[in-house]
Amino acid sequence: MNVEQISVFLENKPGSLEHATRTLKEANINIRTLSLAETVDFGILRLIVNDVEKANKVLKDNGFRVSKTPVVAVEVPDKPGGLHSIMEVVSKEGINVEYLYAFVEKSGQNAVIIFRFDSPEKAIDVLLKHKFTVVPGAQLYDF
Amino acid sequence: MIYNEEFETMPREVIKSLQVKRLQQVLERVYHTVGFYKKSFDATKIKPDEIKSIADMKKLPFITRKDLRDNYPFGLFSVPMSSIVRLHASSGTSGRSAVFGYTKRDIETWSDLIARCLVAAGITKNDIIHNAFGYGLFTGGLGLHYGAEKIGASVIPISGGNAKRQIMILQDFGPTVICCTPSYALHLAEEGKTLGVDMKSLKLRVGIFGAEPWNKATRDEIEKAFGITALDLFGLSEVIGPGMAMECLEGRNGMHIFEDHFIVETINPKTGEVLPEGEEGELVFTTLTKEANPLVRYRTGDISRLITEPCRCGRSHVKMERVLKRSDDMLIVRGVNIFPSQIEAILVDIEGLQPNYQIIVDKVGALDSLDLQVEVSDKIFSDSGGVKELQKMEKRIIKDMTDYLGITARVKLVEPNTLKTEAKIIDKRRF
Repeated sequence: MNVEQISVFLENKPGSLEHATRTLKEANINIRTLSLAETVDFGILRLIVNDVEKANKVLKDNGFRVSKTPVVAVEVPDKPGGLHSIMEVVSKEGINVEYLYAFVEKSGQNAVIIFRFDSPEKAIDVLLKHKFTVVPGAQLYDF
Repeated sequence: MIYNEEFETMPREVIKSLQVKRLQQVLERVYHTVGFYKKSFDATKIKPDEIKSIADMKKLPFITRKDLRDNYPFGLFSVPMSSIVRLHASSGTSGRSAVFGYTKRDIETWSDLIARCLVAAGITKNDIIHNAFGYGLFTGGLGLHYGAEKIGASVIPISGGNAKRQIMILQDFGPTVICCTPSYALHLAEEGKTLGVDMKSLKLRVGIFGAEPWNKATRDEIEKAFGITALDLFGLSEVIGPGMAMECLEGRNGMHIFEDHFIVETINPKTGEVLPEGEEGELVFTTLTKEANPLVRYRTGDISRLITEPCRCGRSHVKMERVLKRSDDMLIVRGVNIFPSQIEAILVDIEGLQPNYQIIVDKVGALDSLDLQVEVSDKIFSDSGGVKELQKMEKRIIKDMTDYLGITARVKLVEPNTLKTEAKIIDKRRF
């Protein structure tokens, strides 16, 4: 049920994000959702793409430092309390969230939240037990 | 004023014969007590008794900084540890630093040399000396300290760092002499300005500066900022520490090398050939009185020129110009000697890092800054891909740089292949 996220190391300087997006465009890779974490002198671009292996390869071939990170995608109704219902469950179980980002589905009915948990397997078990919709990678990539 | 009139004003021909006599003793001793010298003399097929004049010295092999490191820690000592009373060392990880020993007599000699330097600067027992050279393994602080006590001056062993406190003590204790690196003096002047302290109103009269390259413009700036006379001090930890050469108050043109304790030669750094006195070249020092680890023809890497014209102060010892250039890639950052290879050693010791780096040295205000850019290796990033792990890596590099080299660096992780085409070191400072 894990989703593979592509993480790309970027120097904090003009042109480095552009180089990454150009590389993806030229390889005809579609970005499903993304987030950019920043520190004083570097950033990490986190991507969910339609073709993980290809994205990993073209980015590496173009000299980027890339890693694949397991994340968990959870679908909730796009209404007040949607995210909170997940947080309630994971916090009770003592699961820590390192970071998260989200997008709204094309239909506009549901939101998909991408979580990086400290223990992804345990989180998936807990979420499934509480009848949450955990979106498998294959489905997310083809949304 | 002259501390040791007899030796400091000795006629040149008497100095020369004293040097030859002492050199012969040194050669005999090192040949029989230090394996390194026996091996290197034998390899060049030279016996100590074949050296009968200063001119014969060119037949002797050199000793280099690499030899000092290869014999880490005590391989070059010519006396047993029971005779050693002090150990100093250069910065660097194990095997990349060098250790310098001192017998009781070496400490005496060193104190005597510093006493000569202080007296040459017009300092007496009535002076209070603010000694802001670093205390510890670095030779600057303790070297100055013992010499200052020897002439009976009052020493404030403030060491380096903590500028605000330094300024408080400069105001409250009223020292008349300050000793530190030139850049630290400028830093104190800047801090003083920020704090609204008029540094010219302090009781300081003379400053003795060394341990890093500086030029006349910096000297003028320091003199103006503090309202003092700034003098130049030279020394190398490998040889004995500060006090090998000192600028006199009367001459103010080059530093007298105390030739009853050292023989200085100038060589072409490329060929190793001895140059006529007065030509610019790499300085080579031989110790004549050091007991613990004598050096025969030590290549300093410092490029300078000897001044042979007589000096109005009355000292007969040859003078050297300020060192502004190096024959190798050594950097002097805030008075600390650093080789890129030492930084490289730190990086490769950190799991998963590759030594793809660039060093940028510059000035921030009066002080040197060192920026270290390190490429993120595939290994590190593919294992984690996280911000926290990378930040931890940055902190680790900064800590190791401080722990092993004694230098505060700013570390920046960069994308791969961005450093490939450029030089490993970019020094933007101007001396």
